[in-house]
Order: sequence, then C-alpha cells, then structure tokens
Amino acid sequence: MGTISENVISTHAGKAVVAGDIVVAPVDFIMSQDGTTSLTIQAFRKMGGKSVHAPDRYAIVLDHSAPSPLEGVSNIHKEMREFADVCDAILYDVGEGVCHQLVPEKGHAVPGSIIIGADSHTCTYGALNSFATGMGSTDVAAALISGKTWLRVPSTIKLAYRGVLPAGSFSKDIALHMVRTLTADGATYMALEIGGEVIDALSVEARMTISNMAVETGAKVGLMGYDRKVADYLKGRTKVSFKGVSSSGDAKYDRVIAEDLSDLPPQVARPHRVDDVVPVDEVAGTEIDEVFIGTCTNGRLEDLRIASQILDGKKVAKSVRLIVAPASREIYLRSMEEGTLGRLVKAGAAVVTPGCGPCVGTGGGIPADGEIVLSTANRNFKGRTRTRSYTWPARRPRHTPRFRDAFPTRGRYSDEHSEGKGAQVRG
Amino acid sequence: MNILRGRAHRFGDDVNTDYIISGKYKFKTLDINEMAKHVMEDLRPKFYEQIEDGDFVVAGRNFGCGSSREQAPLVLQAAGVGAVIAESFARVFYRNCINVGLPVVECDTSGIEEGDELQVDLRKGLVHIVSKGKIVKATPLPAVMVRILEDGGLVEHFKKHGGFKISDEG
Ligand code: SF4
Repeated sequence: MGTISENVISTHAGKAVVAGDIVVAPVDFIMSQDGTTSLTIQAFRKMGGKSVHAPDRYAIVLDHSAPSPLEGVSNIHKEMREFADVCDAILYDVGEGVCHQLVPEKGHAVPGSIIIGADSHTCTYGALNSFATGMGSTDVAAALISGKTWLRVPSTIKLAYRGVLPAGSFSKDIALHMVRTLTADGATYMALEIGGEVIDALSVEARMTISNMAVETGAKVGLMGYDRKVADYLKGRTKVSFKGVSSSGDAKYDRVIAEDLSDLPPQVARPHRVDDVVPVDEVAGTEIDEVFIGTCTNGRLEDLRIASQILDGKKVAKSVRLIVAPASREIYLRSMEEGTLGRLVKAGAAVVTPGCGPCVGTGGGIPADGEIVLSTANRNFKGRTRTRSYTWPARRPRHTPRFRDAFPTRGRYSDEHSEGKGAQVRG
Repeated sequence: MNILRGRAHRFGDDVNTDYIISGKYKFKTLDINEMAKHVMEDLRPKFYEQIEDGDFVVAGRNFGCGSSREQAPLVLQAAGVGAVIAESFARVFYRNCINVGLPVVECDTSGIEEGDELQVDLRKGLVHIVSKGKIVKATPLPAVMVRILEDGGLVEHFKKHGGFKISDEG
C-alpha cells in the first residue's frame, strides 16, 4: 500500500513494491515520434526484433518535423510509415498533431496504466492518472519487443495546492511555480503527485499542462488522481477498461509540499533556465520578436480561446510575428468551427500545421539569431529554437485579464532583462 | 570494464540535451558521426576538435536534462568521449548512456579542473585525479545498470539473454 506510483507498479509487477525496488513490468502503451523513431527502429532491428509485442498499443507519431521541410526528414518519415505498416502499429501522420496531445485525445492514456514514450514529455499523461514516462529509443525498442520495461520504483514528492487561483492566472502559472519551487533537478529520479483543490478545479486539459512540465524538475512522472473529470474526458475516447489508482492512507512520501496558491500571480521563465521563474511583472517592457502559441504544453483549445479573447478585434504589432499551432487536428477543427481560430487569424496570426515545429526549432517559425520569442512551450533552452527565450504569452502583468495591452498587440512584453531582452517559458 | 584514462573537459551545471546536440541536427542528418561535429557547440565552439579519444566530459549537477534524445549520448560517444563524470545526471540521459554503452560516473566533481589528467576505475567506482594526486569515490551504479553496461549496452544485453535479465530470478 503506497503512493500512486507504488500502487500502479505493484499491480503491474504482480507483487508489492516500494520506492527503490527495481522491477520488470509490463507496459500498456508505447509511443515514439519522428525525432526518436529512427533510432528505435535501428535498435529494434539490432536486437533481432521480428514483431512488435502489441502493435495495437504502439503509436508512431509524425509531429516534430511535420510536414517535412527537408529531404532527410522525408526519408525518416517514409521509414516510419513503412515500419508502422510492417509491424501493424498505429500511425498518426503529418497534420494529426503533437504526440502528447494525441495519446490522451485518442484515448490511449488511461488511469492506472504504465506508458512509455520516446519523448521526455510523455509525463503529460500523468494528468490522466497514468504512470507515463519518457525513455530513450533503445528502451522503447526493448519494450516493443518484450512488452516490458525495467523501472526503479520512484520515491514521491507530494504537492498539495490549496486555494483558488486568482483571475488571470492559469495552470501554466502553477506549472512554472512548481518548477521554480522544486528547481530543474529537484525531483530527479522521483515521482510527483500533484493534487489539492486548485488541481481539482482545473479541466483535464489544464491539468495536462502541469503534468507536462513535471520533467522540467527532473521527475519521472507527474501523477494526478482519478476523478469524474478524467472519466468524462475519456468517455467516447477509449474502449480500454481501466480503474483509477489512488495513493493509500499510509503512503510514505519523500516530502509533502502544501501551499495556498490563491495569490499566485502570472509567471514567466526567463532564458535559458526552466526554473528561472519570476512574476511576469518583472520582465514587463521586454521587446519581443515572435510569439508562439502551441505545443504539448499549451496548444489546446482552452489556450487558443484565452488568446483569442485577448486579441479579439485587435491587431498584432507590426514588429511581432504571432505563430499559432493547434496541438491536434481535433483542436484545429474545433477552434475553426467555433470561431476561435478566425479571431486569431484576423488579429494577424500565422497558423501552422498541428505539430511541434517552432518548439523544437525544426520549422514553422524559427527565430533569427538573438531574437526573443515569447512561447507557450515548456523549455527555454538555448539551441532549441536556434535562439532562446520562451515564455507564456497568455498573460498580462497584474492579473489584468491576460495579454490585453501587453502582448502582441504592441511589440513589448516586459521589462528589459538579461541579455538585453527576454521573456520566456510559458511552456 | 577496465580503467579509463583521459583529460577532463570541464562544464557547469544543467547541461541540457540541446546543448549536447541541438534539436535541429536530429533532422539534418542521421549520421551520428556528422552530428558529433556539433557536440556542445553552443557551450564551447569547436569542442569536437578539442576532444582526444578517451577524454572525459566533466560537469556539475543535472547533466543531460531536457529531451529524451538518445542522440545525446551517441554523439558524445562518437566524438570520442570515454565517459561523462558529473555530480548528478538527469534520469533519461543516464539510462540512455547505459543503454548505448557510454559509461557515466556520478561523483563530487568540484576538485576536477579543465585539463586534469584522470583515471577512472568503473568497477571500483573511483576517479583518480592524477595531476592532483587525489581520489574521488563515485556513487555505485544500480546492479541492473552494471549488468547492462557489462553486456555492452541494452541491445547486446537483449541479444545475449533474449530479453531482460536484470536479476538472477529473471
Ligand atoms: S511540442 Fe515541443 S515539447 Fe512538446 S513534444 Fe513537441 S517538441 Fe517536444
């Protein structure tokens, strides 16, 4: 009887495990994307892999560099399609969306399951009570062949967030606050269990933003509990039967951090550290060149809605490019149908294909050297988008309902800052 | 796993995988040796040319944080790096290193400076700073990782055992 992680892994391993134990456990779902699948295929072949253990529980996603901007990428994509075909895996081709939106949206991530993905933000599905973690291509290949993976059962830090989020602050602010509190390596090798009334009040989409950034603290998973909202989210999306897993009353935690977030102002991470998080006010006035709204962190419908409300009837400043990438085809369509996307386009947004593009620096809005990007992504590492800074755009200093006059309608975001300019990570 | 010898190339804390190899190169080429020419270039231009076979990358905390890309340990390996020695590692990177057979050593690196001559005994978990006559003890690898590393990486481990063989029971 233990933490959510211990309980999920115990059920899978068929014996009671505690933090620190090493087990080989069956895996319920596997994902790899176009930046990691080539190496997965290579390892799979080298290991002598003939067939995929459970092809209906393996998804290959073409999102990181899609549609292909280069011949080399086209060849990778071709190889992936062929592999999916040969092994009968699920293929989400160009335009379907970002892997971490698709896996939950298509009903593959269910409560109590173990999921591994060849991408670090696989922890996003923790919001669906799923023990989901990123691994490298060779680990994924081993799981494809054997249907299993080895895990060291993590110890857990419990985060209990009380209160009511102030108007103008959103789940991303909680995520950034969490990363600052724990620091970029504060939860390395560990699990996070994130809950409390603030989390209960959020939609499943908004919760995913927080679980998504668990890896930014070094954590293996960012688990949340199972509730009605998760059940409703999955209704009509999955045929897989599942059972929510909670922690036991006598669970042992490494640490419990309980906080009231009722005064949490909008946050931003400054370049180039995910944990260099400050209230947005502190960077007010910084000139920005590009705003990117999208990614597995904040490319969901409610994010687009927030942005479109702020920009409704306004125009993006001439000196700023606004790039929007809905996180999936479903989100793209729904935001089109309800008029959200139209409002953004009228304000001056350039809409690009659902996928990763500008987030990882492969296309669809790569900034020039030295430019400042305010992004909804999760990382603000140098070298990622050729440059630099990332942030959460959808905010405006002092809780004034978001961007309004701050953000793209005039080309400044915040105060001058390190390296002369700079906002960052919302994402 | 024998004794490794080489010089230290010193880096700081939180060296992320985009520093090790920028995400954009993943798609420019599939050739790891080509990619390796860009290893750590945002932190140290032309680093590739400064590495002699067997040299060590020595860093502070949280080495390899960020993406799960296995290209990160692969480019270090292809560039000739014999092992990465750091105060702590990000989880996926650490695992990836073992899987591809690149040794990782977790120890106090504060006494290691740029250019120091090092001898690393992986089995005993000792780092000998030859130029200073000092010996630092490393955190032992979990047994499962020793097994995989001794087999030459996860691919070889799988080939040898036909699956996971992480403990004697199975
Ligand atoms: S959107 Fe960005 S962080 Fe998310 S999977 Fe794509 S590249 Fe990674």
